[in-house]
Amino acid sequence: MAFVVPKETYNGKVCEVEIGTGPRAVKIGGENTLPFLAFEGSVPNKPAIAYEIQDVPPDDWPQTLQDVYKDVSADPVKWAKYCQDELGAQMIALRLIGTHPDRQNRSAEDAAKTVKDVLAAINVPLIILGSNNAEKDAQVLKSACDAASGRNCLVGKAQEANYKTVVASAMASGHKLIAMSDLDVNLAKQLNILITQMGFDKDKIVTDPMSSALGYGIEYTYSVMERIRSAALFQNDQTMAPPMVNDVGMYVWKVKETMAPEADQPSWGPVADRGIGWEATTAMGFLMAGSDLLIMRHPKAVDTVVKMIDGLV
Amino acid sequence: MALSGVEIFKHLPKTNCKKCGHPTCLAFAMKLAAKQATLDACPDASEEAKAFLGAASEPPIKGITIGAGDKALKVGEETVLFRHEKKFVNPCGFALAIKDTDSDIEAKAKSVSDSEIERVGQKLRVELIAVENASGDPATFAAAVAKAVAAAPSAGIILETENPAAVEAALTHVSSKKPLICGANADNVEAMVNLAKYAGCSLVVRADGIDAVAQLTEKVVGMGFKDIVLDTSARKPKDMVEQYTQIRRAALKKGVKALGFPIISFAVNEDPFVEQALASVAVAKYASVVVLSDISQWKTLGLIALRQNLYTDPQVPMQVSQNIYKVGDAKEDAPLLVTTNFSLTYFIVLGEVENSKVPSWLAVMETEGLSVLTAWAAGKFTAAKIAQYIQESGIEGKISHKELIIPGYVAVLSGALEDKLPGWKITVGPREANALPAFLKNKTAAA
Repeated sequence: MAFVVPKETYNGKVCEVEIGTGPRAVKIGGENTLPFLAFEGSVPNKPAIAYEIQDVPPDDWPQTLQDVYKDVSADPVKWAKYCQDELGAQMIALRLIGTHPDRQNRSAEDAAKTVKDVLAAINVPLIILGSNNAEKDAQVLKSACDAASGRNCLVGKAQEANYKTVVASAMASGHKLIAMSDLDVNLAKQLNILITQMGFDKDKIVTDPMSSALGYGIEYTYSVMERIRSAALFQNDQTMAPPMVNDVGMYVWKVKETMAPEADQPSWGPVADRGIGWEATTAMGFLMAGSDLLIMRHPKAVDTVVKMIDGLV
Repeated sequence: MALSGVEIFKHLPKTNCKKCGHPTCLAFAMKLAAKQATLDACPDASEEAKAFLGAASEPPIKGITIGAGDKALKVGEETVLFRHEKKFVNPCGFALAIKDTDSDIEAKAKSVSDSEIERVGQKLRVELIAVENASGDPATFAAAVAKAVAAAPSAGIILETENPAAVEAALTHVSSKKPLICGANADNVEAMVNLAKYAGCSLVVRADGIDAVAQLTEKVVGMGFKDIVLDTSARKPKDMVEQYTQIRRAALKKGVKALGFPIISFAVNEDPFVEQALASVAVAKYASVVVLSDISQWKTLGLIALRQNLYTDPQVPMQVSQNIYKVGDAKEDAPLLVTTNFSLTYFIVLGEVENSKVPSWLAVMETEGLSVLTAWAAGKFTAAKIAQYIQESGIEGKISHKELIIPGYVAVLSGALEDKLPGWKITVGPREANALPAFLKNKTAAA
């Protein structure tokens, strides 16, 4: 008996979102099948990877990771150019972590200047991320959006506590938006509904389901992502159709496995390899669950995942 | 495929004799359908009924055991495509590939023996050694297998050769270990099935693509052998995801018997990071045995964590045991924090306390694995229970102060806690763990 390929019928499609301008603009999403199942649907765009940079030197990153950027990380412009020109970054994600009240508490004006300077130096698309302090992000992202006007950036993260101001800012300067909720399918859906009710186009939203590191709850993110994607494809739920982004590096490079020296954990092997592998494996998990965009830190982990994406699509 | 009570009823004697303990045959059929009774209870069941119901009650993906004794690895018996539907049942096994031409067979085998690590209270390891007959010589192969077994007595063995003579030679050393023979192809299938039957071992059926594999397994099943593991020869990530998904779907949703077996995957690459990533794909996408060319500790640690995470029960939160954990070189004046025993809560709080570099005591209270807010809402993280825990924990003998830091989300408990813990000062900590480093640093700076 000949084998009949068991195919699923999908009713929906993931929205396609374009980020950036000009020849280096990047499209994500657009697939109408579960991850990498091209035999039963189309996957028009490969998942993209953005290199994360910060507005202030990354003092809290593990040493093995800080060392990679030690010659450029004092200056976000140099750092951005290094990622674009030397590492071949497809996109850059600028995290304005220095604006956090518990960090340097940089002003919204300072943040806007950093955004402007970085944008002047690069031609790849830019993701602009706040410091994840909902209150401060509302001010910072407003200035950042203005400063980036016309460059079609991806801005975030809009959360339940601050989405009104962040959405208004992104809308006013024509940017795309990251909407993040607390690791829950229904909250993700609800936030998307609230945002579209403000008149923001659903085709300009990218969903952040809230990431987590390998060994530290990746299975929760994994299942929330599979459920969001199933709702979009099987039930054609338009409020769940935005592509998904995973903020990988931020969660990975603070867990013990990426920081503890081999001397403290002799059965874990060298910390340099362990950290790279931890970031790449976390990213692979998200790709298997439907990620369209990964924000990552270590070039070797990025290279590994790029090779895998090329082999998957 | 699950049968309905009515379908089962058609095959029963319909005498309502009550010998099974149920009032009617239909009532018994309903119990059978709900798996609350077995057909043995019916003394009058026909052979035809037994055969029909026996076949229907087999799991759609067969369970396969590799190895013998308490360290044997059981794989297969999976029931879903997505882990949010139901728990993935039997975690995949990891195997280290060793060539019979390698000069360091003992050392490699020993690294499998030594691979055990503990994560969240579970002891996890690389379970298998896949010895490959790279020399082409049966005697060399048998000697290599014997060496590997001697160096790693607790590991399961995969005999990686398509030469029946080599399998036969190796089996003289390891037949009692019930290895996985790897395996049968279109040319050697009769000889391999006979060897596997004779030794009571499981057998990989290998062909190029799903169609060819399905045809070959039908042939093997026709020879009366069912302890099968599938290899479709997928070695690229795209082929792995597509083919393994199709196999799992065919077995679970279409009832294709010829594909109702676990999958073996060879995630081998010269770049160790790519190999780890390839293995991650296999773990997530339905492989039951994943063969690696190298098990450096950093690589295994990540893969074992991924397997553990994806095979946890999505309905049961992972828990850590109730304890007062010492973080850093905590002395009697170090701050004391309390939180719940949901493993994620514990990991995140612990990580941030470590990041603060402030030595601390972290009291983790048993709340059935619920997070802080959920446990509070469910009445498992109340002032009375926290007070009782702190008093019974013995922490008072270890610290020189009486100040307890509680999560910001349960700030509402602080008054009641001060009443229930006389002499204690209750301090409200931050809501989110990521604010702990600043909080703890400020606290020690102020002190």
